[in-house]
Amino acid sequence: MSDPTTVGAAELRERIARRELSSVEATRAYLDRIARRDGRLHAFLHVDEEGALARAAAIDAALARGEAPGPLAGVPVALKDIFVTRGIPTTCGSRILAGWVPPYDGTAATRLRAAGAVLLGKLNMDEFAMGSSNENSAFGPTRNPWDLQRVPGGSSGGSAAAVAASLCALALGTDTGGSIRQPASLCGVVGIKPTYGRVSRYGVIAFASSLDQVGPLGRGVADCALALEVIAGHDPRDATSLPAPVPRYRDAAGRGVRGLRVGVPTEYFGAGLDPEVAAAVTAAIESLRAAGAAVVSVSLPHTEYAIAAYYLICTAEASSNLARYDGVRYGLRVERPTLQGTYRATRAAGFGPEVKRRIMLGTYALRAGYYDEYYRKAQCVRTLVREDFRRAFERCDLLATPTSPLPAFRLGEKVADPLAMYLCDAYTTSCNLAGLPGMSLPCGFTAAGLPVGLQLLGRPLEEETIFRAAFAYEAAAPGSARRPPDPDALTGAAGAAGTAGAAPAATAAEPT
Amino acid sequence: MAITRDEVLETALLARLELAPEEIPALQADLAAILGYVATLAALDTAGVEPTTHAVPLDCPLRDDVTAPHLAHDEALRAAPAADEGCFVVPAIIGGDAPEGER
Repeated sequence: MSDPTTVGAAELRERIARRELSSVEATRAYLDRIARRDGRLHAFLHVDEEGALARAAAIDAALARGEAPGPLAGVPVALKDIFVTRGIPTTCGSRILAGWVPPYDGTAATRLRAAGAVLLGKLNMDEFAMGSSNENSAFGPTRNPWDLQRVPGGSSGGSAAAVAASLCALALGTDTGGSIRQPASLCGVVGIKPTYGRVSRYGVIAFASSLDQVGPLGRGVADCALALEVIAGHDPRDATSLPAPVPRYRDAAGRGVRGLRVGVPTEYFGAGLDPEVAAAVTAAIESLRAAGAAVVSVSLPHTEYAIAAYYLICTAEASSNLARYDGVRYGLRVERPTLQGTYRATRAAGFGPEVKRRIMLGTYALRAGYYDEYYRKAQCVRTLVREDFRRAFERCDLLATPTSPLPAFRLGEKVADPLAMYLCDAYTTSCNLAGLPGMSLPCGFTAAGLPVGLQLLGRPLEEETIFRAAFAYEAAAPGSARRPPDPDALTGAAGAAGTAGAAPAATAAEPT
Repeated sequence: MAITRDEVLETALLARLELAPEEIPALQADLAAILGYVATLAALDTAGVEPTTHAVPLDCPLRDDVTAPHLAHDEALRAAPAADEGCFVVPAIIGGDAPEGER
């Protein structure tokens, strides 16, 4: 075949399994692409060329011996740098972990390897997954493959950018308040945050433990369905992982949406929503209706309180989780004569401004005398948000909304105002508060050529219903997902100006 | 909502963060803005509402009590900034000249 990087993970696996091409060929093609293009994008923090090629050769040898191919046999994947990987540096986007080489694999890495995947490397992210733009990475931001002057979203911005730019066939990210869905939306790829507890968090560096969840980002719905089948399922090493059977999500393809009730929450279409995003999402909902779904209007009245509750809960939990970075057992140490002094100097030097801000906010909210006013109050609001969804799901099987109120914004546009950045998560945090599964999938472009994402939310453990609708939408709107132009064609401001006003139709996508 | 300089310093001590002088007013302003925003929750009546600590109901799970290999001692210590005789090494916390609470 021609260029193996032009197809997604599901199709690539079939071609490798049929031995139409080798895993080494596919892996080399991706490594070459990373070498040529990632200088501009900065999606990768670490590329394990030697390990990837050795692993690919081993998969090829196993297939040559006639061994049954695993579900991801030979497929080059990459992981957000929040996943702990044995022998491969893991930083979580932070200086405090720079140079750390973990002594163990988390469950996600273990299951990917067992499925035959080839690990290309580790992907850039906002430090400790705190951010919506990747500008909080201690190692420099990732850029959006559709416009290098713009952010890829966050915190799994490296994952979304790498998938969009075809620097890997599949990536994993994590989502605490939108960190898979929002960058998927801004980069024009598919990303799903499963039900809380669906995927093990063992070996995933903790941010906010009652919200964090692992999920895949891929070029198409089938790629995410396949990846979720591999990583989902109970894990005795994560006490919050759910002991529920994992369906074959790929079987949801072709089932159509006839008989499905799609709820449209009015609160997600109010002030602050970009009109072009609103138009694309409304058209996508119409397309689901045309395909046979019943569309009903629903209300989630506590939506406006979700961000406030979310930022209290996530910062409180983060302030506790990040107490472990003390310069004693691993990572950075800034030595002082006293232990307390060493803790404080290490953390001052190791954490960036947003992480410090959130640790401070969380510590403040948990202080004696403030606990009821802040953390407990936020948890009560969380109950109200969950109740909103429970009631809405009595009238529908699925919710359809915008993923992000805005398309990709410019680097630097929001960094000076943390609160403005937090408001980017207006449509994504409720899903985490309620523990629901949620997906973002591409549903068109703005006039300036920036991708727009449609968010589908389902009942707990009903990822299958989301996949069913996503497959149907993808089949009905095949032009909604395209590849971005070659980053070399987007040179600085000229590149940004070049895309403005001109819809990059298939002609702007790179030749395959 | 106003946050005093002392509140920032007390919180930083609890959070084990050393702040540079220029970080203090910035954090004062940021925390005030964010806490002002989250104060919107106060308008919501949550009397009688149970807090949610865990979004998806799950019984407290117990795993089988079986022995399994764990991380080898030397591997666990390999990434330590300082280790000696199988232990992590830290500055002395007993004795010395440092004032109580600073050790």
